[in-house]
Amino acid sequence: MDTVIRNPLPGGEPGPQIPPQYAHIQGWGADLDHANRPAYPRERTPPRLEGVHWHEPEQQAQTVEILHSNERPGITPVFGTSSPPSGLSGAIRRFAFKFSENDVRHWMLLLFADRVNMVEGIGQDLARGHIPNVFAEMGGKAEFKYNRKAAIEKTVVAGAVVGLAVLLLMHARSRRRQQLPLQHQTMRDLLHRR
Amino acid sequence: MLAMNYRGPYRVRAAQKPEPEIEHPYDAIVRVTRSCICGSDLHLYHGLVPDTRVGMTFGHEFTGIVEEVGSGVKKLKPGDHVLVPFNIFCGSCFFCQRELYSNCHNTNPEATAVGGIYGYGHITGGYDGGQAEYVRVPFADIGPTVIPADIDVDDAVLLTDAYPTGYQAAEMGEIEQGDTVVVFGAGPVGLFAAKSAWLLGAGRVIVVDHIDYRLEFAHRFAQCETLNFKDVDDMAVHIKKMTDGLGADVCIDAVGAEAAGNFAHRLTGVKLKLQGGSAIVLHWCINSVRKGGVVSIVGVYGPTFNAIPIGNAVNKGLTLRMNQASVKRHLPRLIEHIQAGRIKPSDVITHRVPLEEVSDAYHLFSSKLDNCIKTVLVPPRAASMGATIAA
Repeated sequence: MDTVIRNPLPGGEPGPQIPPQYAHIQGWGADLDHANRPAYPRERTPPRLEGVHWHEPEQQAQTVEILHSNERPGITPVFGTSSPPSGLSGAIRRFAFKFSENDVRHWMLLLFADRVNMVEGIGQDLARGHIPNVFAEMGGKAEFKYNRKAAIEKTVVAGAVVGLAVLLLMHARSRRRQQLPLQHQTMRDLLHRR
Repeated sequence: MLAMNYRGPYRVRAAQKPEPEIEHPYDAIVRVTRSCICGSDLHLYHGLVPDTRVGMTFGHEFTGIVEEVGSGVKKLKPGDHVLVPFNIFCGSCFFCQRELYSNCHNTNPEATAVGGIYGYGHITGGYDGGQAEYVRVPFADIGPTVIPADIDVDDAVLLTDAYPTGYQAAEMGEIEQGDTVVVFGAGPVGLFAAKSAWLLGAGRVIVVDHIDYRLEFAHRFAQCETLNFKDVDDMAVHIKKMTDGLGADVCIDAVGAEAAGNFAHRLTGVKLKLQGGSAIVLHWCINSVRKGGVVSIVGVYGPTFNAIPIGNAVNKGLTLRMNQASVKRHLPRLIEHIQAGRIKPSDVITHRVPLEEVSDAYHLFSSKLDNCIKTVLVPPRAASMGATIAA
């Protein structure tokens, strides 16, 4: 094969020969030489890392509850403090951490806790007087802008399902009231029957 | 501050939450200038990753300006504009001493398999992420890298995960001159893997997906052949026909847990959670690679188990390589590639969205609307920096 181009190596030396069929590919073969590959071979020690001025990192102060894998003796020197466990989902998570990462119950319980947590989140929103705008949270605006036909279809189907559910509910309620003993019926029920 | 706030599967919003504080002497607080939504964020968004708690802020690909540093930080200074690798790592543990920064043993109390990652639930340490105005950055002297003056911030933000992960996928493939490389997945990581395969000297690069606009993009961006798996009866047979009956030298899984293409895998892996995600791409990789070939996995899977043809992998004598990218060890070389003009990572960015519209940004990316490839979130105070915002 004829050589047409060479990519320079990091030190400015000429790089590998580029066969003509790859000449249109910017940078072809620039890292053909293993010496240019950052992770060749698989591990390198000591690491090429500047700025490490500790032997063992200091322990971060624990200000919130941190769950830790039972495959390690305790918490790590550094950890995140977002969203500590709380409520029923927190109790499920604590229970899940009694099982190791090797045990599928650990992961299934955590997934279950996530679903419980989602319901708790709605409850927390309502308790703060915030009604979650589920349409906006699910990207409804983008759906209407870029996928209008599907968005309208979904809206119509969702509207029909909700409408049907309301009708069935009203019908069931009306039948229940008609079957109540007289002393338990309200004046409105009696007038309505008449 | 304004931050992305997870409320449950398919539900996120931008909401106010307290600003992060220095919690350790080696911490810094960074004011975010760019933050991406990664394909792996969608696994969280879709509720597939265990221990993803309501109220958390996602985002492991971000750049920012250092606002404050802890008492033990010696190198990084307020005002430095940094790109922050997605790995949180200590630099001193057994694994960091071997440059396995993604496997750091000192930053994730909740699990031992993986080190700390910003904004990736509690399975990776419970850190809030960068889809916010401010972020706490541990081990500030070794994680963040000051963005060189000649590197654009939109290129820099792609050096925090997507480009290094794609490069590492190709590198783990142990590509030699003339090799045929099949990359499954035409998302940003797959695109960077395809591009990197050429840098490593591949002779043929084939990208497989099922979304036509992504395949067209891959053809333009990575000058590769493309294959829509919907047009193929049997992936392994098709790849063998394309490679004189031998199979590809290297197959790369750049898809992971939510792969389409097989009903049984989707049902058991994604809908019923009986596997750690749909493993059909891994299945295809093992059966499409040649005997003695290499399968490189960077697609993210759940922590339980998956149904894959491991017997075939044994019988074919395959090498399976995989890991989360150890971003820091790749950065010097990848920055050189950008500076030399061999790659322009920001070419994959199709959408720049204000942080306030994070719900729409997630839906856009998740549903692949408006030919979306890569979405960047821009916090309010960074809106004047760089490119204009257009959803």
